[in-house]
Amino acid sequence: MLLEIENLRASIEGKEILKGINLNIPSGEVHAIMGPNGSGKSTLSSIIAGKDGYDISGSIRLDGQEILDWEPEIRSRAGIFLAFQYPVELPGVGLSSFLRACVNERRKYLGEPELDASAFLALMREKAAMVELSQELIRRPVNQGFSGGEKKRNEIFQMAMLEPRMAILDETDSGLDIDALRIVAEGVNKLRHAQRSMLVITHYQRLLEYIIPDRVHVLMDGAIVMSGDRTLALTLEEKGYDWIRAEQEVSS
Amino acid sequence: MAQSEQELLEQLSERAYPHGFESDIEQEIIPKGLSEETIRFISQRKNEPEWLLQWRLKAYKHWLGLKEPKWPKLTYPPIDYQDISYYAAPKSAPVLNSLDELDPEIKSTYDRLGIPLEEQMMLAGVAVDAVLDSVSVVTTFKEKLAEKGVIFCSISEAVHLYPELVRAYLGTVVPFTDNFFAALNSAVFTDGSFVFIPPGVHCPMELSTYFRINARGTGQFERTLIVASEDSYVSYLEGCTAPKRDENQLHAAVVELVAMDRGEIKYSTVQNWYPGDKDGKGGIYNFVTKRGLCKGVSSKISWTQVETGSAITWKYPSVVLQGDDSRGAFYSVAMTTHLQQADTGTKMIHIGKNTQSRIVSKGISAGRSQNSYRGLVKIRKSAFKARNYSQCDSLLMGNRCGAHTFPYFEIHQPTAIVEHEATTSKIAEDILFYCTQRGLSRESAIAMIVNGYAREVLDHLPMEFAVEARKLLAISLEGSVG
Repeated sequence: MLLEIENLRASIEGKEILKGINLNIPSGEVHAIMGPNGSGKSTLSSIIAGKDGYDISGSIRLDGQEILDWEPEIRSRAGIFLAFQYPVELPGVGLSSFLRACVNERRKYLGEPELDASAFLALMREKAAMVELSQELIRRPVNQGFSGGEKKRNEIFQMAMLEPRMAILDETDSGLDIDALRIVAEGVNKLRHAQRSMLVITHYQRLLEYIIPDRVHVLMDGAIVMSGDRTLALTLEEKGYDWIRAEQEVSS
Repeated sequence: MAQSEQELLEQLSERAYPHGFESDIEQEIIPKGLSEETIRFISQRKNEPEWLLQWRLKAYKHWLGLKEPKWPKLTYPPIDYQDISYYAAPKSAPVLNSLDELDPEIKSTYDRLGIPLEEQMMLAGVAVDAVLDSVSVVTTFKEKLAEKGVIFCSISEAVHLYPELVRAYLGTVVPFTDNFFAALNSAVFTDGSFVFIPPGVHCPMELSTYFRINARGTGQFERTLIVASEDSYVSYLEGCTAPKRDENQLHAAVVELVAMDRGEIKYSTVQNWYPGDKDGKGGIYNFVTKRGLCKGVSSKISWTQVETGSAITWKYPSVVLQGDDSRGAFYSVAMTTHLQQADTGTKMIHIGKNTQSRIVSKGISAGRSQNSYRGLVKIRKSAFKARNYSQCDSLLMGNRCGAHTFPYFEIHQPTAIVEHEATTSKIAEDILFYCTQRGLSRESAIAMIVNGYAREVLDHLPMEFAVEARKLLAISLEGSVG
């Protein structure tokens, strides 16, 4: 199992947001998490990536290793990648020098030699073409002056550069028009790999028409209340989240 | 175990200030104290002409009637001006014809500082003047410069070789009556650089002076004078380091720049004097007067400074825009950590028509430091259609440091356009999380963010020094952010 989450609970300022999450993602699979606003989707992705400020219990294992005590940078170097819902801007920090430092941190961690400038440049050109990110954007500071769509594409570009084991896409579809969505989804599909798993967090079924998930989980009020194959997403689209609430009431 | 821990700590503190070594060079140091006799001694030692001695003595008499300025936002114990030695020089005679003649110990000092005095400097296109304590030790590439008619030498040498030039300009931009520290410097200055670019000459290489305080209990009072004639251009850089000491050492320099019609001077500083330890013990008191005069029409002067060192910095590199259509610029990054205090900024004095000035100041405060920007934009009645743009940004790290902005404007010409923007920010947690999520440690993320923040200023430095400055900003932050 690539990622195992067991009875994960998280609260912030005394308010419990995740109430015992259990989730297993085998290597090479793409899982989707859907859920209404405020159900804890973004909190879950932040906590897997190691964001500070929560009281946490339970377990998160990557390739069998407990990572809850690891700093975010160690988790990143070990292969966890989070495509942010709202990527920040880094004024004056060139995207290429930023990414070169990041890529080399990951390579060092994996015991691989660092990339020199020309090898890195070649890699960057190749991956930028994959997500149709213009060379002009690569020369700019990270996300500075990028449109909403360009920022999201840049996230996928960085994912391509870092070649993670476990990629989490936090509402990558939000704020994207249909063309941008297609480009992002195609980039993600090209990155699907037997040694890489993905967790796609989304509000809408739309993204899952482009990125076909192996499993779909429904997160409501801090817990996974239903799991199924991709047809679950379609059912949700049709019947809405109230349908699940009703189902739950029946079963309880 | 205890010992290796101790070693580790020492290594760490060494790393925090890599230039903190002391060189064992035979020195001639005069006894502490300041009097007419001291000044006569210095002047005699340097075999100066009578006019210069008289100028020094006038400055000294004026200084006696002055008091240290109290308006800066700086706190420090009173300086005992009688407890300073005003002259220290390496004993081996500093008149050299080639690098091979340099005292090996001095040479090794500069090698350890990473100053490339060697042939590779030729490739880098940099000519270096090195001032150790009070005396200029060597000036490289004089010949190549001489071909173009560029004069680049120590000011002591210039007094002898080009007395009429020195006399024509010395004290014309910063008169000894200007302020307390300028008066003191005029009385006791020991060395510094002199640059003269003849008309129509584009100086073929970067000129650079490296200042190093080595001797204990001494002050450093260098004086630099740069004249860019009509249609000439020069880019000049100074770097500064000093050994780690428990005592505070005084550095009171004066720099004067003069640009004639369409002449241009780019003056860059990377100031890394010893800042004191984390408890504020030791460090350089840096009281510096730097001013440029855009004397001719369409002349240009720009100051770019990266200030990371010194326990106390008091420094306002300024431009007097006298010639019509002249331009002045001030680009500054001032970083303070631990208990450092900086009160720095600029003055832009608009006199000529259509004069333009630009101020970009980036303050970075960490630890328990205090960092103030203080700037004056003065537009005289004569400065028809003058323009100024000022941008003052402060970046705070942690919640025990202080950032302050004191902008002053005096506008006497209604057609002038003056803009001022100021921001204060902290490095937000979500920005740090974004960087650490990509695999960067917190510390390298902060260094990268700070460098990005300072980039607009660093981009104005000559390339090879910009690289140095970036490293310096990162090193200076080590251990000062949580």
